[in-house]
Order: sequence, then C-alpha cells, then structure tokens
Amino acid sequence: MINDNKAYAAFFNVLLVFLVLACLIPFWLLIASSFTSETTLVQNGYSLFPQEWNTGAYDYLWTTRGSIGRAYIMSIVYSAIGVTVNVLMTILFAYPLSRSELPGKNFLSLMLFFPMLFNGGLVPTYLVYTNILNVKDSIWGMIIPYLLFNPFLVIMMRTYFTSSIPNEVIEAAKIDGATETQCLVRIVTPMSKPIIATVSLMTLIAYWNNWTNGIYFLTTRTDLYGIQNYLNDVMNKASFLQSHSTGMFNASDIPNTGVRMAIAVIAVIPLLVAYPFFQKYFVKGITLGSVKG
Amino acid sequence: MEQTMKQKKPVLPEEEKNRTRSRRNKRIKQFLPLYIMLLPGIVYLIINNYLPMGGLVIAFKKVNYAVGIFNSPWAGLSNFKFLFSNNDALNALRNTVLYNLGFILFGNILAITVAIALDCVKSKFLKRFSQVVILIPYLLSTVIVSYIVYAFLNPTNGFVNNSVLPLLGIDPIKWYNVPKYWPVILTIVYLWMSFGYSSILYYSTIIGIDKSLYEAAVMDGATTWQQICHVTLPSLKFTIITLVLLAVGRICYSDFGLFYQVPQHSGLLYSTTQTIDTFVYRALLELNDVGRSSAAGFLQSILGFIMVFTANTLVSRIDKESALF
Repeated sequence: MINDNKAYAAFFNVLLVFLVLACLIPFWLLIASSFTSETTLVQNGYSLFPQEWNTGAYDYLWTTRGSIGRAYIMSIVYSAIGVTVNVLMTILFAYPLSRSELPGKNFLSLMLFFPMLFNGGLVPTYLVYTNILNVKDSIWGMIIPYLLFNPFLVIMMRTYFTSSIPNEVIEAAKIDGATETQCLVRIVTPMSKPIIATVSLMTLIAYWNNWTNGIYFLTTRTDLYGIQNYLNDVMNKASFLQSHSTGMFNASDIPNTGVRMAIAVIAVIPLLVAYPFFQKYFVKGITLGSVKG
Repeated sequence: MEQTMKQKKPVLPEEEKNRTRSRRNKRIKQFLPLYIMLLPGIVYLIINNYLPMGGLVIAFKKVNYAVGIFNSPWAGLSNFKFLFSNNDALNALRNTVLYNLGFILFGNILAITVAIALDCVKSKFLKRFSQVVILIPYLLSTVIVSYIVYAFLNPTNGFVNNSVLPLLGIDPIKWYNVPKYWPVILTIVYLWMSFGYSSILYYSTIIGIDKSLYEAAVMDGATTWQQICHVTLPSLKFTIITLVLLAVGRICYSDFGLFYQVPQHSGLLYSTTQTIDTFVYRALLELNDVGRSSAAGFLQSILGFIMVFTANTLVSRIDKESALF
C-alpha cells in the first residue's frame, strides 16, 4: 500500500510492536519460571525477571529422564509417522484432483470437502475407532484419527499444483512417454517445495501438539502418552491435589511448578527449531495455495 | 457420452465397436494410475468421515452394548428429552454460539488490521520479524497455553495477582473460581493463539493486490483510510467471506482444548466455559452417558450444517461469486 500518512504509519508500527511483545512476553514468562527455584516461585510468585536464575528444574528433569524421555520419544514417533503418511496422502489426493481432465473430479472434491460442512461428531467417530478399528490403547489411536485432518491442506496443494505448475510441462513429459506416477515424482514434487513445506509444518504442529486423541483413546495405556498428554496428566494431578488434601496418588510423584514449566519448555523446543526452516516457505505456500483455483 | 454410444449401438459396425472399446480401454488405462493414487485418501475419508455420519442414528437409540449399537432398540426422542431435562445442554449451546460470534468478529477485525499493518510498515526488519513472531503462539498446544495461562492467573503466586494487580491497587482475584471473567479471558487466549495465522492468510491476499490500484487511488487524491476502504478491503472480500462462512459453519463447534484445559476444567466455571464439545466429552467419557452425548453431538452436526447452508444461501443471493458452493 502507498502510505504517506504519518499518523497511520505510527499506528501500524506501534500495533506491530505491541503484538510482537504480546506474543513474546507470555512465552518468556514460561521460560523464566522454568529457571526459577521452587522457593522463589512460591514466595515471590511468577516473574518476568527472576531474582536468581536456577537450573534446578532442568537438573531434576535430567535425573527423572526415564518417564519424560519416554513420552518425548513417543511424541517423536507419532509425529514422524503422522507427518510422513499425511503428506503422502495429501500429495496423492491433490495431484489427481489437479489434473483437469480426470473424470469424476468434481464428485471427488465434494467428497473431500463435504465433511467440513457436516460430520458425525465425536460419539460416532469414537465408536467407529474403538469398536470397529479397535485403536483404543494402541499407538494407532494417536496416529490414524488425524490423517487428512484438514481437507484445506489438500485443496491448498491442489490449487498450488494447478496454478504454479504449467500443464504444458506435464503434457510434454507425457509425450516423452512419462507415466502419471513419473510425472508426480520427477516433475510435480520437486517443483512444489513451498507447499509441501507448508503442509508438513501444519501437520507437524497438529501431531506434535495433539493430546485430545490421547485422552480419548489411551485411557489405560498411559505409558503410550506423548509429551503433551504427559504434561496434561501432570497438570490435572497437580490441580487435583490443590483442591483435595487427600489424593489418590502420592504428592511426591508430581513434579513441582518449576519442573512442570521446564517440561512445557522442552515440549515446545522441537517446533521452535523446525519452524524457521519452514517459515521461509510458509507465506509463499499459503499465498500460492489460496489463489482461487 | 455413454448414452450416445448406447443409442448408436445397434447400427455400429463391428470395427467401430472395437475402436470405441479400445478407446475406452485407453481412457481407463490413462486415468487408472490417478484413481489408484486417490484410493488411500478415499478409503480413509469413508472410514473417518462418512462411516460416523451413519452413526448419527445413535442419538435415537437406547444403546445397549450387549446387543451391539445398531441392534439396540429405538428410543425415539427420549435422549433429547433427557438432554434438555436440565439447563446444562442449553447453556453449553449458548456459550458455544456466543463465543464463536465473538471470535469471528474480533478475530477477523484483528487479523485484517494486522495484515494491513504488515503491508504498510516501512521497516523491512519489523515486517519480517513480526511475521515470524506472531506465528509463535500458533505453534503451542492448548496444554502449553493452559500452563502459560496458569502462570498468569494462579491465585496465590500468578503473575497477574502478584505483579499486575498490586500496581493498579486491586486485590488478588481467584480467577479459577469466578465464572464472569472467563468470557474475556478465553477470548483473549483465543485471539492470542490464532490471530497470527489468520493475519498471514489475509496478508498473503493483500500482497497479491495489484499495486497500480493504489497508485491510481493516490492520483485521485485518496487518503490512506480511503485506500483501505476502497482498494484493500474490496480485494479481501472473497477471503473474508470464505473464512467467515467456514467459521459460521463451525459455530456449534469449539476448540476442545481451549475450553477444557485452559480453565483447568474447574467445575465452578462451567456456566461460562462449558461448550458443546466439552459437554459431549464429559458426558461420553467421564459419565459414560452415550444417550445424552450422542443427542448433543447430533444437534451440533445438524445445526452446523443448517447454519453454513443458510449463510451460504444468503451470500449467494447477494453475490453469487463469493458463495462457497
């Protein structure tokens, strides 16, 4: 936009600076409290600038790395399988839909899109997964219910394929004798890095942060919990202890506040590390994927 | 095409018949790989999305696991009568709709403003840096967000009670015990988590606007405000309508984690934090009450569908191009 108005420029600058701070400060409070000793936390409360920095919480995490490490590894397993399968399924769904001459294309698009408008909801879905597919208390309960979790990603990818990859390139390859599979693997996929990166990041966020499937399906096998469910569980136990003096479990089993904050911090790190690698593609992927196709 | 072939069939010479057959074979051969590619996705959609739709009939059944769900006796509307026998379900419905209306309104205003700001800001650094930072909350799970909210609102040593309220001379507040604060808290938390992503969505549309439109507007003496009103917003119209329509379709749905985990599922707060999703979850997995939860889920699905259909019809009456379908 052409913007010569000083007042607007100032307003937009202030707004962005304010929002940047609003995004960073809560996150900083989480980090700062994980580096505060328990006694300081109890006496002085949560603070953006703890009086003394203390790595006690992380030392404690290291000594109890067994159960936390296990949950962490489970999260990595779920995310790795989930992202790989999901991205493959998205590409395999989007590519045929991007071929304009495919018979039945509109019906297939409708089939993909319709569940966004109408669906069976939690109870029937839960019953299908527990009574027909029997994923309860298995790792599949953490993986299968989230595949193709967002039809928008397929639509974005299809739009990217139709708008950014000239049909002539594919036709030329066909004339040279390439099959559809070869076209997809050798031509379309290498040309689609931004959208594949975008879809991968969105899927990674969904799988890494997923804990609802854990509370739906992993009701007895808490040893299969990923890091988010582990955190959720610790939080629930802690707030249960606060409201009931006699608990069903030993208070000493529950990590103290600082440690809980430290677990939360290490649970965010993988996404924060992955994010910059994907970020440069992100706006581009969304832009090219959301052009009306 | 098939019909015309059938009509011609009796008069077709043998060789031409062979030719159409081989053409059809060729056509199948040409598209078969594409259909095979689609197969995993279609099978998955059938299992994950279409099979549960049939399960909506559970809302009209008296579920008896011993004879199986589909052999269970019909119960008429008794599940629904039971659902509305007290105010819990209506309260959850009201909360869900009101929160969503607030989220749609404030979320879109904030996101569009931020998108315009990102476009207008001259400093390259601020432009880049804020694009990266505003997406950070989007990376956090609702569990982690609930930890952060707890760090702020913990009644004994939380940041707000400890550091913010004393500055204003206000006594500490027991946040997790008082329902009236939560509509504001949850709206702020929702905006915090989601505004980055929707801002980027709008921003990606804004950077596609033809720059000459602005130049022409400036030539005509348009102020910044007029440029926003007459160039930027009209160009965003399609994105806004699409996002709002989809959000309206989901007006009976809520982010389960936001309403379940962020208020620490404090029972004292149900009057303002219970939504249909938390209601269904609590009825199904905590109370093991399939009847009530399936009836509530049924209403959620049907109302959502009616809402999106109505909204879409209204939009297509006004502007056919902008409608979703």
